[in-house]
Amino acid sequence: MRGNAEVHALIAPGSLSAVLELLAAEPGKWTPIAGGTELMVAFSAGRLNAPKLVSLWGIPDLSYIQTHQQSIVVGGATTFLDLRKNAAIATELPLLAKAASWIGSVANQTRATLGGNLVNGSPAADSSPALLAYDAEIEMTSVRGSRRIPYSEFHTGYKRNSLASDELLFAIHIPRRFARHKQYLRKVGTRRAMAIAKVALAGTALLENGVIREIRLGAASLAPFPVRLKEAEAALLGQTVTSETVLAARRSLSAEVKPIDDIRSTAEYRRSVAANLLEEFLLDLPREGSQP
Amino acid sequence: MSGPWTPINFTVNGEGRTVQAPPMKRLLDVLREDLHLTGAKEGCGEGECGSCSVRMNGELVNSCLVPVLQAQGAHIQTVEGLALNDTLHPLQEAFLACGGAQCGICTPGMLMAAVQLLENTPHPDMSEIREALAGNLCRCTGFIRIFESVVAAAAGSPKSKDEVHHAR
Repeated sequence: MRGNAEVHALIAPGSLSAVLELLAAEPGKWTPIAGGTELMVAFSAGRLNAPKLVSLWGIPDLSYIQTHQQSIVVGGATTFLDLRKNAAIATELPLLAKAASWIGSVANQTRATLGGNLVNGSPAADSSPALLAYDAEIEMTSVRGSRRIPYSEFHTGYKRNSLASDELLFAIHIPRRFARHKQYLRKVGTRRAMAIAKVALAGTALLENGVIREIRLGAASLAPFPVRLKEAEAALLGQTVTSETVLAARRSLSAEVKPIDDIRSTAEYRRSVAANLLEEFLLDLPREGSQP
Repeated sequence: MSGPWTPINFTVNGEGRTVQAPPMKRLLDVLREDLHLTGAKEGCGEGECGSCSVRMNGELVNSCLVPVLQAQGAHIQTVEGLALNDTLHPLQEAFLACGGAQCGICTPGMLMAAVQLLENTPHPDMSEIREALAGNLCRCTGFIRIFESVVAAAAGSPKSKDEVHHAR
């Protein structure tokens, strides 16, 4: 089965306001398309269920990286190439820069967008664990106005999210307060390039004299959508890193994740490796009495 | 519903072109069917293999994943635009000299990815070459001769295999 271009409408209004007007006029009827790295795959295979598409490519209001005093704001249709080239992202948000380098190949990074990665909502999304660990917020916009929610609340089910039918993912807000945090990100896949994650884990932790004062863990491919590992976080908060706390955190993680068997891996492998990744992160944290 | 055909004006290999096409038609199909530029190939149709790689406004793209409406006004460069009349591009010379092409299906995309790399990074190390070509699959060469071709082109002249090995 091959896609037939003639059965799909595609328009490029060229401005954010024109796109929002269109979404408001016919809620749910228009499918936004940015770089097409997901939707065009479905199109080529003849399984794109989107009669009417509206292009977000090249709209300046959706493609930018702004550094504010408290946060770095990334427009929804900013490409992973733009993220990789940005100095503030590279120095302050190294986990996001690393995740951006994992997105497919060069030719995918020039077109794939951060907002597209999140709206697509793959459980294995490369950018998600880092954004969860960085406590990012999602700004959604429509003709009715804008609203912000924690990214950890954006996904609501497998390939489901909080966007209303007239809303666009407008921007991703990432707080600039992780300079003193220990940061970790590792993806386990079949091949270094181009492979979808069997499991990925990101972490940020702030320690005072060996005690974990703040910790966030974001995971991919361990649930129907990318998730914070709140039980494992709770097991670690206020603790020092000892063999006992590592074991307790491993147990909490194993209990809260919901991995599946699929073509890429097995639930048991994913659960074990996720716990190993967490342990790797924890064992690299500064111990009591050591310099942070 | 069906989309109306749209006039697309863009520059292909330095020449202004206009085609009438459904806006969702893939750039790859417009290049091959409407403009008869059959250098870019369809391998996977999923953005995994890179055999359809072309450059759009100076960046590498998989042309199988670009709806042609998004190429409106763009500058497109395909493998057909590399040689100047009868003079091959240095990368093409290097692929010939180093055995970088065998069956040839991946070669146009491989060349465009290599052109992109050398434009951004004129003297890449091996890890940069590997990353730049990671989205382009070759089932013949085992990649080593392709990497050697890029090294040779970056060094300024096609070299024999022994010289390239020495350079690595």
